[in-house]
Amino acid sequence: MKLERPKLTLLERLYLPAIVSGLALTFSHIFRKKVTLRYPEEKPEIPPNYRGQPVLVKDEEGRVKCVACQLCEFVCPPRAITIKPMEYPENAKYGKVEKTPAEFDIDMLRCIYCGYCEEVCPEQAIFLRGPYSVTGLSRKAMVFNKEKLLELGGTLPDPIKKWQKK
Amino acid sequence: MEAILIDFFKIACVMGVVLFICAYIVLVERRVCAFIQDRLGPNRVGIPLWIRKDGSAITLGGKWALGQPLMDAFKSLLKEDYVPAHVNKLYFWLAPMLAMFPALVVFAVIPFGSQLGGVPMIVADVNVGILFVFAVASLGVYGIVLAGWSSNSKYPFLGGIRSSAQLISYEICLGLSVIPLFMQVESLKLTSVVAWQTNHLWLICYPWNWLPGLIYLASSFAETNRLPFDLPEAEQELAGGYNVEYGSMKFAMFFMAEYTNMIAASALMVTLFLGGWSLPFVPVTGGVVVGLAHICIFLAKLFALLFFFIWVRWTLPRFRYDQLMELGWKVFLPLALANVLIVAGVIMVGWVK
Repeated sequence: MKLERPKLTLLERLYLPAIVSGLALTFSHIFRKKVTLRYPEEKPEIPPNYRGQPVLVKDEEGRVKCVACQLCEFVCPPRAITIKPMEYPENAKYGKVEKTPAEFDIDMLRCIYCGYCEEVCPEQAIFLRGPYSVTGLSRKAMVFNKEKLLELGGTLPDPIKKWQKK
Repeated sequence: MEAILIDFFKIACVMGVVLFICAYIVLVERRVCAFIQDRLGPNRVGIPLWIRKDGSAITLGGKWALGQPLMDAFKSLLKEDYVPAHVNKLYFWLAPMLAMFPALVVFAVIPFGSQLGGVPMIVADVNVGILFVFAVASLGVYGIVLAGWSSNSKYPFLGGIRSSAQLISYEICLGLSVIPLFMQVESLKLTSVVAWQTNHLWLICYPWNWLPGLIYLASSFAETNRLPFDLPEAEQELAGGYNVEYGSMKFAMFFMAEYTNMIAASALMVTLFLGGWSLPFVPVTGGVVVGLAHICIFLAKLFALLFFFIWVRWTLPRFRYDQLMELGWKVFLPLALANVLIVAGVIMVGWVK
């Protein structure tokens, strides 16, 4: 197919109007809101459904939702998760739940952010959520323990409350 | 004796101010380019004032990166000064100096103010001011050609070839575009150009000077290797052009030469077209205050033009090589020649006195 070249008018062939409109556009950009941030001081707002690093969540009563079933540990492809389960005492408030993790470590150097742990979790206790800046000064510091994961995760209200009905 | 000392002092001041502007215009360029691209640009390095006991520094103007030129200079000086084995050493060393030297020498004849305490604010008020400018400015091409030639590798060589062709063709347009001005002023002295503009309007105010103004502006973009005419550098095509083989301070010299050339071209444009240090309603003669005001007016016009240079760079894409040559030889050259005739007619009719 042969394309017809558009016939330019004299004004268009002068280039000047186009150059002036281009200059006006770039000048207007000088005053626009900037899209970059002064990063470590200013942080971007992370949307709630952002899929960052795996974290543990608590429910609105502050209970650790994880019941140490160890499914995530088994499903984890790079074997980044290590769980040491523990039993609740018989007369404890959440005694019905029976199990809870004594230790819950995720080696963030091994984690591949695949999200299988979130998918497999029957209790909706582990999620890939907001935290995106995963840094540390040593290999040891990159193994995140239960306290750190819970702190990163915060609370995620859960309408079902399975453990109350048991 | 005293006159010589005053001259030396003036030279030192002009050099200092030009190199200072040169350093900071790089920062302005980075900042403005960032703003145009909706970014923030450099915003960290302040001027270090004092180091606290814990090793942290008290800095000034960090938000505006006022210390950035200082740190860039340190970086350039501390880098390894590497000379590749395949280059012609003598010319390789000579090229950056040759690029920098003409750009600085041009400032000798530019009147940057009226007078200060009876001393004229110009380093050398030569009778052939504009001829001197063109004679020296055209030496600038040797730095680039020599850099391309001595580097002994293909990309710098292509950059050097391009620059010689480009600079020579646009030199002609540049020279022809200012001939009408000197026909009106009837003197080649740059001080008398400014004096004429204080008595009449600025030269750009006359409609028959608009076309030469435009040709001069476009040609000076080409002369200073700025986008849209930065073919000798052309990162995307030549991987950096004539300065590929250069590193550390030698590269920085080319970089500074580009910006010094830009300041020189702007200063000349201000002098020729925009009335130099004059401004309507500001007295032409007066004491120290008026003298300082004139210098400030000159600098303000200079900065406005420098901003325009930067602004255009981040707006327009690069010309193709054949388009560049076509624009120079087939458009600007005939227009500039025709304009000489037009202005001659205007003078004959007696519209300019």
